[in-house]
Amino acid sequence: MAPIDTDDSTSAGEGEELRAGRRRAARYVVPVAVMGVAAATIGLVPALADSGDPDLPKITAEQLLQKMAESDTEQLSGTVRINTDLGLPDLGGLESGLMSGMSGGPGGADGGDGSAADPSAKLTELVSGSHTLRVAADGPDRQKVSLIEDTAEYSLIHDGKDVWGYDSKSNEVYHSTAPDGAERSGKSAKDVPATPKDFAEEALKSVDDTTSVTVGGTAQVAGRDAYRLVVEPKQKGSTVGAITVAVDAETGTPLKFTLTPASGGAAVVDAGFTKVSFAKPDASTFDFTPPEGAKVTEGDGAKAPEHGRKGEHGPGKGTPSAPGKDGADGAADMKGMKVIGEGWNSIATFDTGAQGLPTGAAAGDLSGMGDLGGFLGSLGDQVKGDFGSGTVFKTRLVNALITDDGKVYAGAVTKDALVKAADAAK
Amino acid sequence: MRAPSPLWAFGLLRSELLTTFRRWRTLALLGVLAAVPVLVGIAVRIETSDGSSVGGAGGGGPAFIAQISNNGLFLVFTALAATLPFFLPMAVGVVAGDAIAGEANAGTLRYLLVAPAGRTRLLLTKYTTVIVFCLAATLVVAASALVVGALLFPVGDLVTISGTRITYGEGLGRALLIALVVAASLVGVAALGLFVSTLTSSGIAAMATTVGLLITVQILDQIPQLHALHPYFFSHYWLSFADLMREPVYWDELVRNLGLQALYAAVFGSAAWARFTTKDITS
Repeated sequence: MAPIDTDDSTSAGEGEELRAGRRRAARYVVPVAVMGVAAATIGLVPALADSGDPDLPKITAEQLLQKMAESDTEQLSGTVRINTDLGLPDLGGLESGLMSGMSGGPGGADGGDGSAADPSAKLTELVSGSHTLRVAADGPDRQKVSLIEDTAEYSLIHDGKDVWGYDSKSNEVYHSTAPDGAERSGKSAKDVPATPKDFAEEALKSVDDTTSVTVGGTAQVAGRDAYRLVVEPKQKGSTVGAITVAVDAETGTPLKFTLTPASGGAAVVDAGFTKVSFAKPDASTFDFTPPEGAKVTEGDGAKAPEHGRKGEHGPGKGTPSAPGKDGADGAADMKGMKVIGEGWNSIATFDTGAQGLPTGAAAGDLSGMGDLGGFLGSLGDQVKGDFGSGTVFKTRLVNALITDDGKVYAGAVTKDALVKAADAAK
Repeated sequence: MRAPSPLWAFGLLRSELLTTFRRWRTLALLGVLAAVPVLVGIAVRIETSDGSSVGGAGGGGPAFIAQISNNGLFLVFTALAATLPFFLPMAVGVVAGDAIAGEANAGTLRYLLVAPAGRTRLLLTKYTTVIVFCLAATLVVAASALVVGALLFPVGDLVTISGTRITYGEGLGRALLIALVVAASLVGVAALGLFVSTLTSSGIAAMATTVGLLITVQILDQIPQLHALHPYFFSHYWLSFADLMREPVYWDELVRNLGLQALYAAVFGSAAWARFTTKDITS
């Protein structure tokens, strides 16, 4: 039983009054102390939890690559945090800055030409800002990627021959079927390079004599011990500084992917697991039947040609996952596209046939950023060279030069390299 | 002086609860809260009566609104999402702001303190009453939405926002859990309101200050330039209750929300205690 507070007594002498005043002040120490303890806890707990880099047996880069190649992780689930900073205006902040209740997102903006649940409509969101994804995989036929949004979620589910996209905000469903061919099976749901593994695979395609691959110590990712594989371009002129992949020491699964630009500063892409489990995910995770009343859009090429077109140079290449020559290789699939140079310094060139600045859409396609083309128009730098004059559009990773006679040069290279390429082509 | 018996403390709480819930003001607040799901339900019903979906293709409106016409249970979540940003905390702010200052204003505070209860105990009783009101207000919204949803729309198995299917029974369980989380989300505002209430002897001033602080924080939470401060605003993680509708449940922000509410309760609760136990009661 708590004693009765002495302050309740009404009589107090002169001396007592002074002491009462002190006691009065002393009581305010309690809330201040609570706040201090809380601040200290918030500040210190992450520092204490960081137990330093784990001690793992030494390993060479070849052995580590071997380990990754042999990795047979088929079952996995976890949470992935992706931070993308291309130096573009932050769409993510704009979007979450609005109340969730307000009409939302690129899905809504894109409403004119498709479903809000269309995977390609959702991809522009990943290009900028910070996102949380949840991934689950069980063999090559069953995968799920969910983009966590405020009070809503966008899920892409691959279950056998079906690929479903479900946007809970608008209650819309996108459906397409995965081709039977063994080659494409398992790839469909991965059109979105969401996991660090997808990013790492893209990056490792570019490993050749223009690239240095080293093991850069160890790290702890999502509570697991990992080796850090550092991939750096040997050539000068690339905007890519280094790519770091944290590889799980036990399973060989990539856990974290970081791409730092040559110009320094924050990582352009930083995608890593914050939680990961290699247990078999619950089978119900991959079950999907469209909810009653949901609008279902069929995404098959024959029925909806515009989706087919999107799929063609779609998601995989739409995100900044393919720096260097992969980006250029991908772009080379497009009609009339040529690739100059090799390795990290590949530059894609393309003649728009138009005079002056092409439309935002064309610029967007080239730099692999879809709808963001419009933003680029306001970010141009005028340049002059032997080729004439033109405009350079810069991001922290991909730069594009659009000459006044309608030629476009784009790649993950510096402005000078673009101008040099344009001069050489003249 | 003799120590009060625990039974007496319970009696104090009971009489406080009775006084609070018998007030016309409290009943009116609860009535307004109960009316919100009815309005939302009827609006959705009218808009979807021709088979169209709510909010068009873009999915506008409060969270979960697109799913209501297919499953009435979603009205519970929409109603809570619609009332949590303003109606619920405003009601809590009114009751909490009035808790001490209202008594002081009416001149009844000193009579309460004449009884051998002690100020700490009185403050705890007042805070408990406010928290019971938080729970009652949330449950009123949820229950009203549940009934309206079942009357106006079909009910049955539901699809979580992750696209998986759960039974109606499990859905009800989650709805209850969500109501409890929403009630817990108001604990911070309740403590803040109680602290403000100890600062003044005008009930109206305390209520207005609490509701004003609530609106200010909500506005500041929308300003992107202040994003470094956002995680410390009591309202920042309020809508995280929707994470309970994911499969599997995404706990990170829920835990952060509850931790933040506990922190607000501890800081402002102890500040209210420091103020109330040392203040001169003149009325």
